[in-house]
Amino acid sequence: MLLFLLRRLGLLVPTFLGVTAIAFALIHLIPGDPLELLAGERGIDPERHARMLHELGFDQPLWRQYLDYIGAVVQGNLGTSLITRQPVLDEFMTLFPATLELSLAAMLFAVLLGLPAGILAAVKRGTVLDHTVIGISLTGYSMPIFWWALLLILLFSVQLGWTPVSGRIAVEFYIEPVTGLLLIDTLLAGDYEAFRSAVRHLILPAIVLGTIPLAVIARMTRSALLEVIREDYIRVARAKGLSPLRVIGVHALRNALIPVVTVIGLQVGTLLAGAILTETLFAWPGIGKWLIDSINRRDYPAVQGGILLVASVVMLVNLLVDLLYGLINPRIRHAH
Amino acid sequence: MTEHALTLTPPGPLREFWSHFRQNAGAVAGLLVITVLLVVALGAPWLAPHPPAEQYRDALLLPPAWLDGGNWRFPLGTDDIGRDLLSRLLFGARVSLLIGCIVVTLSLAAGILLGLLAGFFRGLIDTLIMRLMDILLALPSLLLAIAIVAVLGPSLNNAMIAIAVVVLPHYVRLTRAAVLSEIAKDYVMASQVAGAGLLRQMFVNVLPNCLAPLIVQATLGFSAAILDAAALGFLGLGAQPPTPEWGTMLADARQFIQRAWWVVTFPGLAILITVLAFNLMGDGLRDALDPKLKR
Amino acid sequence: MALLDIEHLTVEFGAASAPFRAVDGVDLQIDAGEVVGIVGESGSGKSVLSLAVLGLVDFPGRVAARTLAFDGQDLLRLSARARRRLTGKDMAMVFQDPMTSLNPCYTVGFQIEETLRVHEGGSRATRRQRALDLLAQVGIPDPASRLRAFPHQLSGGMSQRVLIALAIACNPRLLIADEPTTALDVTIQAQILGLLRDLQRQRGMALILITHDLALAAENCQRVVVMYAGQVVESGPIAAVFAAPRHPYTRALLSALPESGTGQRRLATLAGVVPGQYDRPSGCLLHPRCLFVSERCRLQPPGLRPVGPQRQARCHTPLDAAGRPTDD
Repeated sequence: MLLFLLRRLGLLVPTFLGVTAIAFALIHLIPGDPLELLAGERGIDPERHARMLHELGFDQPLWRQYLDYIGAVVQGNLGTSLITRQPVLDEFMTLFPATLELSLAAMLFAVLLGLPAGILAAVKRGTVLDHTVIGISLTGYSMPIFWWALLLILLFSVQLGWTPVSGRIAVEFYIEPVTGLLLIDTLLAGDYEAFRSAVRHLILPAIVLGTIPLAVIARMTRSALLEVIREDYIRVARAKGLSPLRVIGVHALRNALIPVVTVIGLQVGTLLAGAILTETLFAWPGIGKWLIDSINRRDYPAVQGGILLVASVVMLVNLLVDLLYGLINPRIRHAH
Repeated sequence: MTEHALTLTPPGPLREFWSHFRQNAGAVAGLLVITVLLVVALGAPWLAPHPPAEQYRDALLLPPAWLDGGNWRFPLGTDDIGRDLLSRLLFGARVSLLIGCIVVTLSLAAGILLGLLAGFFRGLIDTLIMRLMDILLALPSLLLAIAIVAVLGPSLNNAMIAIAVVVLPHYVRLTRAAVLSEIAKDYVMASQVAGAGLLRQMFVNVLPNCLAPLIVQATLGFSAAILDAAALGFLGLGAQPPTPEWGTMLADARQFIQRAWWVVTFPGLAILITVLAFNLMGDGLRDALDPKLKR
Repeated sequence: MALLDIEHLTVEFGAASAPFRAVDGVDLQIDAGEVVGIVGESGSGKSVLSLAVLGLVDFPGRVAARTLAFDGQDLLRLSARARRRLTGKDMAMVFQDPMTSLNPCYTVGFQIEETLRVHEGGSRATRRQRALDLLAQVGIPDPASRLRAFPHQLSGGMSQRVLIALAIACNPRLLIADEPTTALDVTIQAQILGLLRDLQRQRGMALILITHDLALAAENCQRVVVMYAGQVVESGPIAAVFAAPRHPYTRALLSALPESGTGQRRLATLAGVVPGQYDRPSGCLLHPRCLFVSERCRLQPPGLRPVGPQRQARCHTPLDAAGRPTDD
């Protein structure tokens, strides 16, 4: 298991280097003078330009600049935002809990609904229920979520007035961040009104963000279960005289979960990509909105650092999924 | 052989494929919708009642014709600067199908080539290509597309390039996996013994046997491309106004969500229906082409 | 009364308008303690037959029979729950491919104890002890450590022993072994068959040995049933069938055995394959492949009829002792 972990970590190193290369290339591929980009709209005088070129190492050969960049990254220095003059890493860490909270809620929604739906569809194969699940999940999978969000806002916020349109919590509440997750922080503070407000703000974005993972998980659970049901060991289990519930619940599901867990892990990437759209739509103060704002403000260090950090999060989660995978699949756990 | 037995001869591969495909009602519906979309896209200039960019200043945010205040001159209503929504949607089909075509062609061609190289040469080339694909996969697709567009500048062309790059790893992995499983089979060995050259092995012997999963992926790639392009358009990073691209139309319409639901509803519905049709057909193709799932 | 009594069992797949009959009107009686071989090529319906007996034919398949009784109980009338109480306890089965027949996610011990728990209950400790005993009985060395092993850590022969232990866990009165050695190495094959025979004798259970190998049936069975395209084409005591097959198909199977080819330059083989869904012939199902085909065989399907003491054959012109077709 330890070796397995080490090998997975080893595989991550080149991927991480590759992502840094992409992030590095981002600034250098943009047509135009990097310093003018860094200086933003205000411009720069020639003398200061030459001095900064040297200070920032832009007069060095490209490979040297890249090495310096990696050195800085490893030390946690991801540059400074042009707009706020804050270190990019700090900005990211401040905003990340909001995205984390939204993503967790979306994933919870997707798993809690998707797993049972997929299992039911597979067990009741060919019935109306099965076709309904297939139909809904295919629609969900095909959904342009930015439009889906608009529709939900139109219905629940504009027409019915049930949920707020934007933000994480109503303005009258101030909650001292402890974990950064508002649902937990409000409870820690014992402020149930604030908690309710946070929940009401969270529901719609979480549903929007969870829609595609929900569809994918339901589909994957169904097809994985159908695949496993055809296996020899399922026939053996039935030949033992086990009840259908036990055959599915104990013998089939455990094996079917292996690909499903993988898919859930892969959805983290989709989730973060979806967060860009969802957060923009709901004015959710997370990293997705921050990235789009940074692009629109031409805040390139923020974009560069943000992309690197998001990719790192995705890689980390994938690593976690691999470990989890080893836990539920004895063949991997015992691999030498 | 009796006559009775003759009528029961096994069907040919194409007919067998069609008979499987036909059984899948969703897939047939998808194919039908795609056909209609194709007709609409090709015939947009003749089918559309108005030019897509024509502004009728006397008819701003007009509701659909069947509602109070609607007008059959504009069957689905007009947007905030008086353009006919139906005409823009019809021309939008053009843009979306073109996006799908270009992205899939680009990524499929490059993906097959890289996949074949990786699968056939193994070793360093394989490692290099697959590592690169891993890196691309480590980034969430939309984020990578946004990064590429940020570098290249927002435009429909750049959005298409970005999406093609983003979906590339899927084709490479698929081709490589199919090549590896085919190469291990006896017929490849047999034809190598018979003296078939490398290019012949690649393109004549192995590739046709890898096509089934690629066809499925390409069909699904159409929907992914259309969806991603619409998302980029919505974020202002794809097609630029006044191009009648559905995602861009939605971005323009967002601010009128409270006053004019139709400018928000119809473009999104068009995206959903198109994407759904390609996904339905892709699923049908997969079921019909995948021998493992047959029967 | 026979332990297992099957009369006119039919299993159909596919559309009701154009069904494919995997099992086509099979009659079979098995007495307690008897060892019967069912022999046929791939696609002859022998595996589907055994699945139908255990009630494991899945949804698109349809099972019908005039009689399908185990120990006097009509299996087709039993509730699903009552039938599951028989399956795995009084009737058990060993399958063809041991490497894919054990659930990869659970230990050997869990999978054996699960059967015991469902059918017999008892405490955890007694179940564990029973599982240990069972592994020892099927000849697995160091059973205590094997209980904790996962299936991928076992060899094919070892897995098949585990599966046999699983099948005999509740002392079944009927054990069906479906090609139990086909997926194994030749040296292991003899060990597994020996084990099955020993267990059968010790416990006095009836054993149905399904195989495509007539020689294997001859060595292990008292009676043999030959199947072709879902039908029984010949049945009888193994020695008599071996000495003088009545059906041309049985004869062809026998002459294809290496043992009977001594002195000949080439082994006799039967051209063609078992008919499938699309090429089912009229008349006798064997006629396109039969050496003694006549006009009547092409038009009229033959019935199964007596051709000697305890023997039956499905042929218009059963062969005589010299292997020549007779007219009736």
